[in-house]
Amino acid sequence: MGKLATIARRAFLIGSAAVAGGVAFGVYKVKQVAPNPLLDDLPQGATALTPHVRIDGQGVTLITPRAEMGQGNHTTLAALVAEELDVAWDSIRVEHGPPGAAYYNRALVQHNVPFADLDHGNAAEAMRGALGVMAKLMPMQITGGSSSIEDLFDRMRIAGAAARFALVAAAAQKLGLPAAQLKTENGSVLAPDGRRLTYLELAPAAAAIDLPASPPLKPREQWRYLGKSMPRVDMVAKCTGTATFGIDVRLPDMVFATVRMNPAIGARLVSFDATAAKAMRGVLNVVDLRGGIAVIADNTWRAFQAAQAVQCNWAGPGYPASTTAMMDSIVASMSEENRDSRLRDDGSVDKSLAEGTRLEAEYRVPFLAHATMEPMNAVAFLHDGQLDIWAGVQNPTAARDQAAKIAGLDATKVRLHTTLMGGGFGRRLESDYVVQAVKLAVAMAGKPVKMTWRREEDMTLDFYRPAAVAHFRGTTAAKQVLALDVQVASPSVAESNLGRLGLPALGPDKLIIEGAFDQPYAIANYRATAYRTPAGRPVSYARSVGNSYNGFFIESFIDELAAQAGADPMNMRLALLSHEPSRKVLSAVAAKSGWGQQLAAGRGRGVAFHMCRGVPVAQVIEITTSKQGVKIDKVFVAVDVGTALDPRNIEAQQQSGVIFGLSAALYGEITFAKGAANQTNFDSYQVLRIQQAPQIVVEVLESGGTIRGVGETGVPPAAPALANAIFNATGKRIRELPLSKHIDFV
Amino acid sequence: MKLTVNGTSHEINVEPEMPLLWVLRDELDLPGTKFGCGIAQCGAYTVHVDGTAVRSCVTPVGSVSGVVTTIEGLGTPATLHAVQAAWVERQVAQCGYCQSGQIMSAAALLKTNPAPTDADIDEAMSGNLCRCGAYPRIRAAVHDAAKRIRGA
Repeated sequence: MGKLATIARRAFLIGSAAVAGGVAFGVYKVKQVAPNPLLDDLPQGATALTPHVRIDGQGVTLITPRAEMGQGNHTTLAALVAEELDVAWDSIRVEHGPPGAAYYNRALVQHNVPFADLDHGNAAEAMRGALGVMAKLMPMQITGGSSSIEDLFDRMRIAGAAARFALVAAAAQKLGLPAAQLKTENGSVLAPDGRRLTYLELAPAAAAIDLPASPPLKPREQWRYLGKSMPRVDMVAKCTGTATFGIDVRLPDMVFATVRMNPAIGARLVSFDATAAKAMRGVLNVVDLRGGIAVIADNTWRAFQAAQAVQCNWAGPGYPASTTAMMDSIVASMSEENRDSRLRDDGSVDKSLAEGTRLEAEYRVPFLAHATMEPMNAVAFLHDGQLDIWAGVQNPTAARDQAAKIAGLDATKVRLHTTLMGGGFGRRLESDYVVQAVKLAVAMAGKPVKMTWRREEDMTLDFYRPAAVAHFRGTTAAKQVLALDVQVASPSVAESNLGRLGLPALGPDKLIIEGAFDQPYAIANYRATAYRTPAGRPVSYARSVGNSYNGFFIESFIDELAAQAGADPMNMRLALLSHEPSRKVLSAVAAKSGWGQQLAAGRGRGVAFHMCRGVPVAQVIEITTSKQGVKIDKVFVAVDVGTALDPRNIEAQQQSGVIFGLSAALYGEITFAKGAANQTNFDSYQVLRIQQAPQIVVEVLESGGTIRGVGETGVPPAAPALANAIFNATGKRIRELPLSKHIDFV
Repeated sequence: MKLTVNGTSHEINVEPEMPLLWVLRDELDLPGTKFGCGIAQCGAYTVHVDGTAVRSCVTPVGSVSGVVTTIEGLGTPATLHAVQAAWVERQVAQCGYCQSGQIMSAAALLKTNPAPTDADIDEAMSGNLCRCGAYPRIRAAVHDAAKRIRGA
């Protein structure tokens, strides 16, 4: 326990939760194999050889433990199993698995060690190892942090190979032949004499065979699905309106509900009057949710109308309630007592800040909404002593456990069916909407309840990406950067989220400063300090988390230093990058974009580099300026994920990241009055539309290192590349997002 | 009142001011048409009335006099419409939530403009938001679909 306590003290927030979980379970459990969650609910005649392979009369179903929210992971995770299992691509079905300990996420927890992703020193690796063990014990089944592929690259191939081993062994028994003489092909085992046994007929016998823990895996040269652009398993359904998102789940006798909560999240509902609402057509019930109300009706629109007719008297929040007060508290937290971490302190920063030419700057970013296209919703059905839930969730184990608590049931009596989701971006790591639906299911026991938020609730009851402020000091001499000192203050999303999960949050929050301390720039005097703003309005994870603002901060200021030093911003970055794959992505994007070639008058280009989740990404953005404003013409992207499992999907994710990042760069901003957001829908919270979407050219590189995830990595460089392009074209340096507060866009 | 959707006539008993979207989704159990904003800002709700793209989330059902086509009536997984086929070929969808509306807007555009330019596409599709940023592939797929239709 001594060692664990030491780790707990040193571990960062998420690590501390993992360690606490590990201590509670006892280290002896580390070596135990988690039970196969599919066996709890296996239909008659079906076989589940591993937690990732179910075989029944319909064929082979591959079970993915991570949620599909657009990132394409169901396709790539299925390809990992299918590759080793040897099944035909057009024959497979893919399902999200139930919540289960076997589906723990090791990579996500390991990402939260207080070291840079490129730090492979003894201390960093030792803590990754310890936290990897703890992850297994927690267990957090989370989809997020670009972790799915890194986490499951080996595990899901092993699942496929182990299942294939058992199927071949079963065939060997039936045929009376040694397994070594048998081959597999597209879902069948073949004997040398031409006899063929399908996996379907072999599955029951295979279920009795002990699985090997580490079966041999195919070398890359033999891959037929991996490394190729596979047709997505969800594509046809999504193009024909037949894909079922949470909001589309329909059960017999279903009723429809919505909520209206205090828009100052967490503050009370003092009183309400539902007399008028109860008299409206189709209204079945009005439920006091504490902090808000819900209306249950026979149609979602009628529930919407009635909820608006309830007179609600809201209390104010106990935290700073206006944008100004919130920003002031962030700025005020840049003091010793709120110092959270100093994860980089290379050289002699104070000394070198006194030399050369000095530059100081303050940068700011606002709160941001996730604004998934599918508003929050959940279906809950309490019946026969059990609770069924259908919802799009990124943290199913947490959602299930909170639902069980609300319903007063043991977790084994809760079945959570994770649906496809119309965007996640971190929003669906929270379980608030699931908890609400469960409360309504309890109130309407025996009837399935579908609870749907209006867009107005979705936007105003969001746990936002927090605002952040950075103070920079830097010096240059002889076209070189002498010193870089970055201080970042922001509320802690990990503290806020873990608090809602009832988990401890000990130690500093690396996420505040990620993307600012860990960049592979060989600046001799480089210091990064994080300050944790005391908790205010609840906040949470959003796509690329701290990188989403630190990328803008660092890459804008590096550009400022280059300008001050009279150096080319591309060449200066290339000279500073100490990591070869990073240099390669930057060189690739320089070549592709024709960096250095003269642009026509009124045009400009900017570059940004960022390392996020161990993935180096470089972007060059070209713009045209006119009286009407800035037009974004073209974006060049180069990215290295180690090994590219599905190049076309990686391209899609980079384009997605760029446009997501540009939406925030141009327009994204939530402001507050009395604790409530002023932006309530897409008219006041603008995102990029097609006429503003630039051409995006993506080059995928493979350094062959650790395989990494790609869902977030395109986001951080977009805003600084654009701001740097604006500086290049106009000489105007914008140090605050959204940029549209300072310049017009076409 | 009567409402014809995807070739089937339905007798519905709702308030005339109920938006067409909620008649489709909750009364007729056609969930392919999505709810996104409720104020005609996102396009997820796009359907056709007599072949023209309509914002079903702000269209009172009582005002609908023509025949309604939803994504379910445009094509099926077995018999894809040319626009859907182009979408699949280009692997456009990510989360996919907005795609019913994107495809309905594109299909309506191509009925009146068989060879749209990028600017035509941007104008016709500007009411359809995609938070995943599939816009580059949407643009390419509309061009592909136009070729498919012209070649057919």
